[in-house]
Amino acid sequence: MRANPMALLEVEHLDVRFPLRRGEIRAVRDLSFSLQRGERLGIVGESGAGKSVLAFSLLKLLSRPGRIVAGTVRFEGRELTSLSERQFRRLRGNRLAMIFQDPLTTLNPVLTIGQQMIESLKAHRRLSTRRARIVAIDKLRQVQVSSPERRLEQYPHQLSGGLCQRVVIAIALLLEPDIIIADEPTTALDVTIQAEIITLLKRLCDEHDVGLIVISHDLGVIGQLTQRTLVMYAGRIVEQGPTREIINDAQHPYTQGLINALPQMTLPRQRLHQIPGSMPTLSEVPSGCAFHPRCAYRITPEGLPRRDCIENVPEPVRSGECQVACHWVAELIARGPAEERAT
Amino acid sequence: MIMFLIRRLCQAMMVMFVISVIGFTLQSSLGDPVRQLLGQAATDADIMALRQSLGLNDPLWLQYLHFAGNALRLDFGNSYFFHEPALEVIARYLPATLELIATSAVITLLLAAPMGVYCAIRPRSWLSRTLMGLSVVGISVPVFLTAMVLIQLFSIGIDVTLFPEGTGWGSWLNQALSTQGGMPAYGRGSPVHVWGVWSTNFASWRGWLYLLLPALSLAFVMLPLFVRLIRAEMLEVLESDYVRYARARGIRPSRIYFLHALKNTLLPVITLGGVQIGTLAAYTLLTETVFQWPGAGLMFLDAIERADMPLIVAYLMVIGAIFVVINTLVDLLYRVLNPRITISGRPA
Repeated sequence: MRANPMALLEVEHLDVRFPLRRGEIRAVRDLSFSLQRGERLGIVGESGAGKSVLAFSLLKLLSRPGRIVAGTVRFEGRELTSLSERQFRRLRGNRLAMIFQDPLTTLNPVLTIGQQMIESLKAHRRLSTRRARIVAIDKLRQVQVSSPERRLEQYPHQLSGGLCQRVVIAIALLLEPDIIIADEPTTALDVTIQAEIITLLKRLCDEHDVGLIVISHDLGVIGQLTQRTLVMYAGRIVEQGPTREIINDAQHPYTQGLINALPQMTLPRQRLHQIPGSMPTLSEVPSGCAFHPRCAYRITPEGLPRRDCIENVPEPVRSGECQVACHWVAELIARGPAEERAT
Repeated sequence: MIMFLIRRLCQAMMVMFVISVIGFTLQSSLGDPVRQLLGQAATDADIMALRQSLGLNDPLWLQYLHFAGNALRLDFGNSYFFHEPALEVIARYLPATLELIATSAVITLLLAAPMGVYCAIRPRSWLSRTLMGLSVVGISVPVFLTAMVLIQLFSIGIDVTLFPEGTGWGSWLNQALSTQGGMPAYGRGSPVHVWGVWSTNFASWRGWLYLLLPALSLAFVMLPLFVRLIRAEMLEVLESDYVRYARARGIRPSRIYFLHALKNTLLPVITLGGVQIGTLAAYTLLTETVFQWPGAGLMFLDAIERADMPLIVAYLMVIGAIFVVINTLVDLLYRVLNPRITISGRPA
């Protein structure tokens, strides 16, 4: 199962649950993936697929009552799920940094940019306030913030959303982390700023050899920013592979649906495509393949319901460079060569 | 900023005008000072003479104009009882009250912040539950009862004999629950005089002892309110993105709670605080009565009994002025605490 023993981050069989009074929410189910040093990985899916929960569980920042029930998260071979809170705190912001969705609500409104940058540095390094200021100014320059000395004295509300997100990226880079987890880093920004932030993130990750995990519901962002993509549905990975493959030649019916739903895929004056139905709530996920109630392929070409889809959770199967968890694709692959012979 | 202060000053003058009208109106409906001053045996001629000399025979509006003109020169007339300028009498009594209010405000703040924060970060612990329960009791118990309980416990002392004396645990419990008493519960002791008019309890160890019980009983009025407010605000702020982000940056929990979160909860706390300091001034009436604390509250009650009009009106004006000053300070503090608020001359 382990793809590469030298992987920077390796998640295996991760299972995250929120025990509530009315039943249990299983936000992440038996999820495995790995991230290489310097690799940019995308996680895509509709709202409620468990993407953000996955991100927060990697940093052990799940909000109550969520907890990791099973599975391992290894960072440079070191098991993270069993670390104490104190030990984990030394990693957060230091080796594993995070970028949140809305820059205007992630920076503390009553503290200056400088205070927040300097405290981040001082939380992990022993250095004077003067040294910390110099480092902070240097990082602000790297993310192309104009007149960084003045910005340090300013409060978040005095900066635009795009500028705030640059500051947040600068804070993420402050301590030269190995991994940056970005949860919808451009969703709260307008489109022109989005493009700038994407270019910036991409360049900085290359320059610093940082592993990046981008979480987004926007396939456009994922396509521009990442090399490899996981597609999540109802807490599971349904398809993973090189981003290019996934966008150009999606195998899983859900991924195909997502791509067809992109406005670019629709001809002018035509109705936008959409996947019928909606994401199930995570407390009542359908049996078998969680996607089956919305899937066109749950019926065989002969018009019979595919029992596998309703009864069994599909195992991921290799298809080209991708791994797809779908009974239909598995069937297709199994009889693929025969079809080729026939034509 | 300057515009803000000017606007504030105009508002203050309006407030003071209203208070002065109220104070002046009270005058005619609160007994006859002339009778009080001259006693039952006075002749009609004596009474008429005194009324004339006090200006009580003039038409009402003229009396008010007189009063307002004098008030602008900080002259509220002589106290009927003390036979000296009313403001001087107040200046003599006010320090005791201000010391009392300041001490209890500091006690409240020092206790409320850690208690409120603790109750928010450990909402399920037995200590938080106990504190929350006690706060309900604290809010409902009137200040004079708190004061009397404090006197009973720490001045008089209680001797518990509830448990069987013969057994080890019984006498231990009796011992543990009994109190020694001995704390001063009456008056100010002998305050130290500093800078001429100011006599203070702060300057001597004995002085602090005298201050402690009255200040505590006053603090117990405010404390539960603030603990509950800080807890409620903290619970909300702790769920915010920026607190989570601070954790994601590996910031120490103590710094997250007491800087990142607490600073964001202070705005409503300061607002309530500003209003409450005024309320405190009202509660000092009761506290000062129970502890016979020779402050402005006690003086005010005596003045009412004596229908000592100039003193009553002067007291109202001084308290009104204190209110106005405190509320202005609160507005200025807003700006320090929340950079998103800008204070300008323009109405919001």
